[in-house]
Amino acid sequence: MQLTLEFGGGLELLCDSEKIHKVNVDLPNGADDLTMKHLLSWVRTNLIKERPEMFMKGDTVRPGVLVLVNDCDWELSGQLDTTIEDKDVIVFISTLHGG
Amino acid sequence: MEASSEIIRELEELKLKKAEIEHRISSLKAKLQETAAAAERCDAVSNGYSYPMAAAAIEHGLGHGLSPDQIYRYSRQLLLPSFGVEGQASLLKSSVLVIGAGGLGSPALLYLAACGVGRLGIIDHDVVELNNMHRQIIHTEAFIGHPKVKSAAAACRSINSTIKIDEYLEALRTSNALEILSQYDIIVDATDNPPSRYMISDCCVLLGKPLVSGAALGMEGQLTVYNHKGGPCYRCLFPTPPPTTACQRCSDSGVLGVVPGVIGCLQALETVKLASMVGEPLTERMLLFDALSARIRIVKIRGKSSLCTVCGDNSSFNKQQFKDFDYEDFTQFPLSAGPLNLLPTESRISSKEFKEILQKKEPHVLLDVRPCHHYKIVSLPDSLNIPLANLEARLNELSSALKEKEDGHVNTGSCTNPSLYVVCRRGNDSQRAVQYLRESGFDSAKDIIGGLEAWAADVNPNFPTY
Ligand SMILES: [Zn+2]
Repeated sequence: MQLTLEFGGGLELLCDSEKIHKVNVDLPNGADDLTMKHLLSWVRTNLIKERPEMFMKGDTVRPGVLVLVNDCDWELSGQLDTTIEDKDVIVFISTLHGG
Repeated sequence: MEASSEIIRELEELKLKKAEIEHRISSLKAKLQETAAAAERCDAVSNGYSYPMAAAAIEHGLGHGLSPDQIYRYSRQLLLPSFGVEGQASLLKSSVLVIGAGGLGSPALLYLAACGVGRLGIIDHDVVELNNMHRQIIHTEAFIGHPKVKSAAAACRSINSTIKIDEYLEALRTSNALEILSQYDIIVDATDNPPSRYMISDCCVLLGKPLVSGAALGMEGQLTVYNHKGGPCYRCLFPTPPPTTACQRCSDSGVLGVVPGVIGCLQALETVKLASMVGEPLTERMLLFDALSARIRIVKIRGKSSLCTVCGDNSSFNKQQFKDFDYEDFTQFPLSAGPLNLLPTESRISSKEFKEILQKKEPHVLLDVRPCHHYKIVSLPDSLNIPLANLEARLNELSSALKEKEDGHVNTGSCTNPSLYVVCRRGNDSQRAVQYLRESGFDSAKDIIGGLEAWAADVNPNFPTY
């Protein structure tokens, strides 16, 4: 399925400094739908080029990273269990502290 | 040398005096205008056109309490149907504390002072530096070396001499935060580090104050309102602090001046909306600003978390716990970091010793491990730039540079091996590099203590720092 993945707040540095990635992600074998859990491991394998610990901790994102599915905090849609659909836009953004 | 430092000192003093006199002039001018206007009104009374200030409000039954001067000063806001005299009256009765008079605080303070927040508190413990000026637009060159609070307060007063301005020339700590924040209706977080952000949010929860939080770095900014009308607090969103390596500072990563400017202006705007009770505050939503791609995205974020350790249903977090809480330890982000000390003395040399090595023309390779965009700003002559992050992959370049020096030296008849010196900006990364290099068989590697900053301070005062 066609997805738009965006990285911000410095996370883009982990994937060749490219902020927007238009990607095609296949459903995992035997699964009926794509969850954020699967997408995260897909991103880690296919897009993250360096320091994966700056993106993930365990099977989820590291502390300080907000995940937005179609401009909505993934906490509101079930975090790792959130179901992703074709043409969805998923944003990974690291919180900033500077001023 | 001494004569010139004397001149510089006197110049600094005169500049400060000049700024103080200018401030005095502008507040006297404002006062004169007020007196003249009042006199005019008194004159007009005898002609039956108008009434003195207090009487006017009574005679016309003006319940909002704005004086004629205030009506005139804020008229363009009063003319807004959605803001109006009620909005302005609320604003004039409100009090706002801006924490940090830096890149975010500068525009926020200027607008909050200008638009008529009744009482404005400013807290900052820092002094104005030349490398602040590109973004901290509230400060002027005359205040370089002087407290930001003094500079910011003078600027606010020169814009609006009719509001009350409180100056706190101190760092915000758990010991003074409750006392200071409790005096204000709305808190603006314009700080630049994780421990302050957690501390301010926790304090706002304890005191029940809305928090207008902004952040900016590089080419991006973020903005939201915490702890307001059932919305989340900072900890609801970020229960666990990020790893220290994910917490970049503007002084290390850089920031385009106008980026915190945009976010600071939006912080002022959200504050005005809260204080005047107009519009929809940016609560349970976050604004993400990407300057490079000219994109602003407003996303929906979670509400208050019932499990939050500070604002949640079962939280027992209280003022005493707040006072005892170690935010620097919690975030693993020391606010006054001492220099790193990784290496034994024999693996290090001072910048002065390195100067002697240069003078004696001892064979050596100078390795500069800063990122290449730093190296482009300024570097020592005849240095080899391999950024720390790429060192492992580019060790062969280092080996061949050393080999070259060796060969070159063989021709002159001596046979000592060339030494390897490592330098960076402040002397931390150079130690990490030397540690790694020694583990990888480069036994002669030594770091230059204090990096290029020490070189500028102790050897060559004309060497640019940044
Ligand atoms: Zn909370």
